[in-house]
Amino acid sequence: MARIGVFVCHCGENIARTVDCARVVEELKSHPGVVHSEDYKYMCSDPGQALVRKAIEENDLTGVVVCACSPHMHEKTFRGAAAKAGLNPFLCEMANIREHCSWIHEDRGEATDKAIDIGRTIIEKVKHNVPLETIRIPVTKRALVIGGGIAGIQAALDIADGGAEVVLVEKESSIGGHMSQLSETFPTLDCSQCILTPRMVEVLQHPRIKLHSYSELESLEGYIGNFKATIRKKARSVDEDLCNGCGDCQAACPSRKIASEFDAGTGKRSAIYVPFPQAVPNIPVLDRVNCTRFKAKRKGIEKDVCGKCQEACLKGAIDYEQEDSFVTEDVGAVVVATGFQLYSIGRDQPAGLKGYGEYGYGDVPDVIDGMQFERLASASGPTGGEILRPSDGKPPKTVVFVQCVGSRDPEKGIPYCSKICCMYTAKHTMLYKNKMHDGKAIVFYMDIRAGGKGYDEFTRRAIEDDGAQYVRGRVSRIYRDGDVVKVWGFDTLSGEQVVVDADMVVLATAMRPQPGIAELAQKLSISYDEHGFINEAHPKLRPVETNTAGIYIAGACQAPRDIPESVAMASATAAKVLGLFSADELEREPTVALVNEQTCIGCFSCEQVCPYGAIEHVDVCDVEGHICGVVARVNPGICQGCGTCVAVCPSKSVELQGFTDEQIYAEINALGSW
Amino acid sequence: MSLGYYPGCSMHGTSREYDESLKAIAPALGVTMTEIDDWCCCGASSAHAADHLLGVALPARNLALAEAQGHDEVLAPCAACFNRLAGARHAVANEPGMAARVQAVLERPFANSVAVRSVVELLLGLAPTIEEQVAARLEPNQLGELSIAAYYGCLLVRPAEITGFDDSERPSSMESVIAACGARPVDWNMAVECCGGAFSVSRTSSVVRLSRAIIDDARSHGAQAIVVACPLCHSNLDFRQAAMTRRGEEPMPILFITQLVGLALGLPAETLGLGRHFVATEPLLTQLKALAAARAAADAAKAAAAAEKAAARAAASDRPVVAASAAAASDPAPAPPSAGGGDA
Amino acid sequence: MDFQPRITAFVCNWCTYTGADLAGTSRLQMAANVRIIRLPCTGRIDHMFIVKAFERGADGVIVSGCHPADCHYTAGNYHARRRFGVFRELMDFMGIDPRRVTFSWVSASEGVKWKDVVNETVARVAELGPFDAYHELAGDTITGGEPAPDPFEAAGGAETSDPLEAHEVGR
Repeated sequence: MARIGVFVCHCGENIARTVDCARVVEELKSHPGVVHSEDYKYMCSDPGQALVRKAIEENDLTGVVVCACSPHMHEKTFRGAAAKAGLNPFLCEMANIREHCSWIHEDRGEATDKAIDIGRTIIEKVKHNVPLETIRIPVTKRALVIGGGIAGIQAALDIADGGAEVVLVEKESSIGGHMSQLSETFPTLDCSQCILTPRMVEVLQHPRIKLHSYSELESLEGYIGNFKATIRKKARSVDEDLCNGCGDCQAACPSRKIASEFDAGTGKRSAIYVPFPQAVPNIPVLDRVNCTRFKAKRKGIEKDVCGKCQEACLKGAIDYEQEDSFVTEDVGAVVVATGFQLYSIGRDQPAGLKGYGEYGYGDVPDVIDGMQFERLASASGPTGGEILRPSDGKPPKTVVFVQCVGSRDPEKGIPYCSKICCMYTAKHTMLYKNKMHDGKAIVFYMDIRAGGKGYDEFTRRAIEDDGAQYVRGRVSRIYRDGDVVKVWGFDTLSGEQVVVDADMVVLATAMRPQPGIAELAQKLSISYDEHGFINEAHPKLRPVETNTAGIYIAGACQAPRDIPESVAMASATAAKVLGLFSADELEREPTVALVNEQTCIGCFSCEQVCPYGAIEHVDVCDVEGHICGVVARVNPGICQGCGTCVAVCPSKSVELQGFTDEQIYAEINALGSW
Repeated sequence: MSLGYYPGCSMHGTSREYDESLKAIAPALGVTMTEIDDWCCCGASSAHAADHLLGVALPARNLALAEAQGHDEVLAPCAACFNRLAGARHAVANEPGMAARVQAVLERPFANSVAVRSVVELLLGLAPTIEEQVAARLEPNQLGELSIAAYYGCLLVRPAEITGFDDSERPSSMESVIAACGARPVDWNMAVECCGGAFSVSRTSSVVRLSRAIIDDARSHGAQAIVVACPLCHSNLDFRQAAMTRRGEEPMPILFITQLVGLALGLPAETLGLGRHFVATEPLLTQLKALAAARAAADAAKAAAAAEKAAARAAASDRPVVAASAAAASDPAPAPPSAGGGDA
Repeated sequence: MDFQPRITAFVCNWCTYTGADLAGTSRLQMAANVRIIRLPCTGRIDHMFIVKAFERGADGVIVSGCHPADCHYTAGNYHARRRFGVFRELMDFMGIDPRRVTFSWVSASEGVKWKDVVNETVARVAELGPFDAYHELAGDTITGGEPAPDPFEAAGGAETSDPLEAHEVGR
């Protein structure tokens, strides 16, 4: 016989302002099966939970319904309270009368009626709840970190230093990410590579970190604590075990005019190359797309062409026949740290974005983006740190910097702010002025966003100490006029048009997630927003987790952010992972499927639809041990609780605990009493 | 191809030459146009500035008439008319409730089934036909010597959702038509910059300043003429050019794109209204004709010399001389290249 | 409007339920006619849930889950979509106007879209009017033509009414 306790929360004013909690308590008190009904201002607080526990004990409750916020907020809280009072936690459910009721309706009468309905629905459901026991599964204490930029590196080091093993997968030939391309970093103007490369080496040498460079995640199976990752190690055409990083192959390569990705197109590289001198691992990769030998093969030329790198290699490490290979790694947690790419400005854009045809990027060689400027400014860049015009190699006397190219522009498809551009533009003006004392640096901006420690002071330095001219207004047109780059802008503070004859223009472009992020997210079953940024579990309180248990995030893949924040986030992610690994067994929610083997007809429709392969075949034997049939059984360790099998079972032999047919029909029937 | 024709106020008025040249080239390109019966003003800039519903309903009336008169597509040569008609179509299709309101104003059913085309879009689609006909002509194509800048103005290609057929910031449709005509489109900076628009009368100094920048830029990029597809652009660049030209500067002829196509197809200048411009076009055309004739003569001379050489070689080796090359050597018109001295 | 339709919504926990939570957190005001039933995944939805909802007084039903390729359980939403595609014809045959059922994809970040789905469904079903067809035809066979007794009153609250039992009585 049901003895249900109902607890209605005011949530301060959040619920009570629109829902008449007293009326809800009254109406539900007389609902059949309810023996206790009360309200309280903050049910989730200590005293609130104490009320629940007291009511359970005093009234011998068989079920608890808390009418309050979303179960995503506090189901755990109240189930914990129920457990403390000796009631199986799965006999406690929440009725969402805040997010789904008080917050979205204004009419008090309507909202209260709805809250009562929602309460009734859950009461009827709980009458059919049965006690469930937590499932315990082992945890593999290894983490997979996808992405070897600063966030991935920091997360890997923190997890490894915390005692667990790490597998770090990086798709480029070297780790380091975009930070390795930068010249100096704000607000300290530290040389970027100087602070990064020691960390990179630490990763390489760490006894608990296994690095798979030039590799990508092929697939991920399993569930929290028990993932199996298949990693594709792309063919470098170099045997990693034999190569000693001497560089002879690179020196011997006759193709030297390929646009260097590391230099963002401002410099050239050879076909077999190490992206930058401090690369980790210091093993070259052969670009088969541009390699003369491979191009000839694709054209159908039989004879072997070139081969100079193989000739030059004293270790015999060059292997033209090398193919992609696959490795599997068993891990317990996954950290996504794939970072960002820059908006490409030009006319060819993916669906949903538009380009800036009016800025001349791609047509006018002296119009470049922020990363290209970094490479020009970098001492290890193609110009040895001298800022020179791409068109004629002369130093520019007037450089215009345009902020917000793409960002904050719903018309172009990027409504958000990219956060780092105000700071790096100020940095760029300082780098430029330090090298060209009598040069003019003009910045067109909309706002200055410099909210970090020392950040505003940094931008003031650019203006007051280094003489950068800041013009508040947008640029409407950039084009080449003879030798000069004409910039048409507007100064909104003086109300006048501004036309600048510039020698070079630097566009501060928007930060976007990496290409292929949607495919990766689908492999991991994590969700992402319309821009491709990965969704965190809760924007305020769970910023480093996703809604998929065991998958965590760090860095710019979640939203635009700078280096200090990426590092902090990575360390936070590591703490979560180490927390997960701190127990030997993981507790899993028992809301998994269960087959009634007596009624199962062995059709295995469930097996066909199960995304996780959780269905096992079990022989049914007679008393003499002869096999007379086979039925399905769900492996509770693997089942994730989606319930697809329940819907397809023709004999209705499988049920999803926590969401049984009885429970759901009870909810539907409850609504019949509107 | 059969289209409804919406002339607007300018086709029979200030830009008669646009109308004339369009009607002249249409038969050659297989286009029949039927003027919409009882058409009214498109609203231009005043209607939509005064009231949104008026700005939609007024041009929509013309679309409703076109629909009733059995047209699937309407051609609007004036860029402003095109923009307003296309804008009305877009508003009725996309703004919630607009279809009902417009029908209430028009007091007639309107299914919004008529597509709106600009002349540039039409010619872009016909570019292969133009190219074929140009290649098939026997006289030398005088446009082969012409470098020309395509000026789009503001209304032809923006907003992109309404106009649809080309990029708003770096359009290229007119350049494709120019190339099909055998002329050389130049790469220049002012293709979509404002000419001053309707300030021609109320703030002439602005028009002079803005239009001069356009003509200067075209000139500095080597253009000998500018091609437009809008009566107001033409008026500002042509009618007002006298106020912009500095002493000693060559005037810059402004052609309608339909006139360019007409020249490419070999139609006589009088049928294309080329005599109606303020900046005379005859000097340019004469110059082009002369250059083309000179080029043809040079080509013919080269062909004759080559044929002579081939004959000499053949005589030396007793091989027969092919009659065709001898004939080609005496023919002043340039025969198709393969016959002229190629197969001796 | 005078007629207030009653809409039952079957939503998946990971996407639409969370998206509806986001709509709440963002205080997006919407029609109050929808009652949500939470499921782990749209793949869990048996078409009988939809039939039962109509039988029990709903005028419209919403089924909403994750966007294709984004299902938290990889493929549940595909199964739901396929099932629904077949069921739609059966529904039509049974005399339930398919316009009374909305099938949508609402992700966890689409609070605004959830609000639009709710408001649009309520407006559409309101226009279609109350779902009386079944009750007129069936004559409420469960009770032989009289209005169904309040299941909560009948047994004095001691036992719950077993929905499976009720079906047998009516057969």
